Order: sequence, then C-alpha cells, then structure tokens
Amino acid sequence: MKDSPGLHLKTYIFLLFIVLFAPLGNVLLGKGMKTIGSARDWEPQELFNILLRILTSGYIWLGIACLLAFFVAYMLVLTWADYSYVQPASAFSYLVVAVLGLWLLGEKVNLLRWTGIAVICLGVFIVGHTHPRTTEKT
Amino acid sequence: MLESIFLFLIVAAGTGGELCVSHTMKTLGEVHDFRPSALLQFVWRAARVGWMWIGIGFMTLAFFSLLAMLSMENVSFVVPITALSYAAGAIGATLFLREKISRQRWLGVLVVCIGVTLVWLSRH
Repeated sequence: MKDSPGLHLKTYIFLLFIVLFAPLGNVLLGKGMKTIGSARDWEPQELFNILLRILTSGYIWLGIACLLAFFVAYMLVLTWADYSYVQPASAFSYLVVAVLGLWLLGEKVNLLRWTGIAVICLGVFIVGHTHPRTTEKT
Repeated sequence: MLESIFLFLIVAAGTGGELCVSHTMKTLGEVHDFRPSALLQFVWRAARVGWMWIGIGFMTLAFFSLLAMLSMENVSFVVPITALSYAAGAIGATLFLREKISRQRWLGVLVVCIGVTLVWLSRH
C-alpha cells in the first residue's frame, strides 16, 4: 500500500475516536461498578442480583454506548491498519483514563502511577513512528 | 488471587477476541464508503463471519471480567494494567495474523510493558 498522507490522516482521526471513547466508557463503567459493589460470597443468588443491578444501571449503559462507539472506530481502522500498530497506538487512552479518573471519580493517582502511564505513552510514541501496515492488501 | 484471575481473563480473552475480530476485518477488506447504509452493510457482512462471533464471545468474557475488576479497584489502576495485552497482542499478531513486526515496534511494546509494571507497583 502507498504511504500516502491521506492514509495517515485517516488513521489518526480514527485513533482519536478510539482514545476518547474507550477511556470515557471505562470511567463510566468504573463509576457504575463502584455504585453496585463487588461480590463477597460469589454465590449464584448474589451474582444474579449483581447482574440485575448491572443491567439496570444507567452508568453501565452509558459506558457500553461509549465502548460501542470505540469498537466501531476500532473495527474500521483495522480494515486498513495492522492490529499490532492500532493496539499500541491506542495506549494514549491510558493517560486519558487516569485524568478522567482523577477529575470525575476523585481517584488518587500517585507519582509512580503517573510515571508508569508516561512510560506507556513513550512506548506509544515509538510505535507511532512505524508504518501502519506491514501485510499485503487483501 | 481473584484479581489475578480476572486480569488473566481480561488479557487472554480480550486479546483473543481482538485477534478474531481483526482477522475478520482483514477478510472483509478496507472500508472506503462511510455512508451509514454502507457501514450497516459492512456490519452485516461482518456478522456473517464465524470468527467475528468467536471474537465477540471472547470479548464478552473479557468485558465481564473487567466489570468485576472495576468493582474492586480504581479505574486508573485497572485500565493501565490491562495493557499487558500489548505483549500478548504483538505475539498473537505475529503468529496468527502473519503481521511483520519491526524491531522498533517491538521496542515500543516493550516500553509499554515497563510502564504497565510501574503502574502495577504503584498499587502498594
């Protein structure tokens, strides 16, 4: 495939969708699950009750909607770019999820965690300078 | 212990699911028409591929494991550590999708994994 600017621009636009929708979805799921709580005994009745609360939680459905939007963008970008390029390149979402967790959920993010996330982003930077496709077009 | 099991399920089932979906997308070919009707047709074509449904099954398992993890830990911890799937994804892409991963891309994946390790250590 030609190394055209259009290919890179299209890829970057879809990666932006991925980077925004995935963290927002996860933060909404986190908010929902913190409200619902975790299982203590893992008995069938308790698991059924938790499942029922999951299915009736607005936060969970909003999170799922965001993740569906992410998934569609992800599927589309995979039709022209390598999986091994798209997956690491979408790692910027880890920075976004930490920021959203801090702002929206009031989570404590310590220095080591920020450092870890920064290192992940460095890895993304390295991966981002490789060509999106290494296999032949089908 | 439970958290380790859920983490394994998120990474293994999530990566397996994404590889199946990626295989399906490569089979269908590149999307050029982004009109809603064309996209719906594309989704319909994807829904008729068996690998797509296997992938969705794996991803569903990973999703409920993620929910279980999120009920126990903060989202700023859970989501970054699931980046362990990067190593699994790169290996899987090489083995199953025949993608040729350059040294530079491997280096990037390695750095991402170091970052994940730091996030894991930040828990205590």
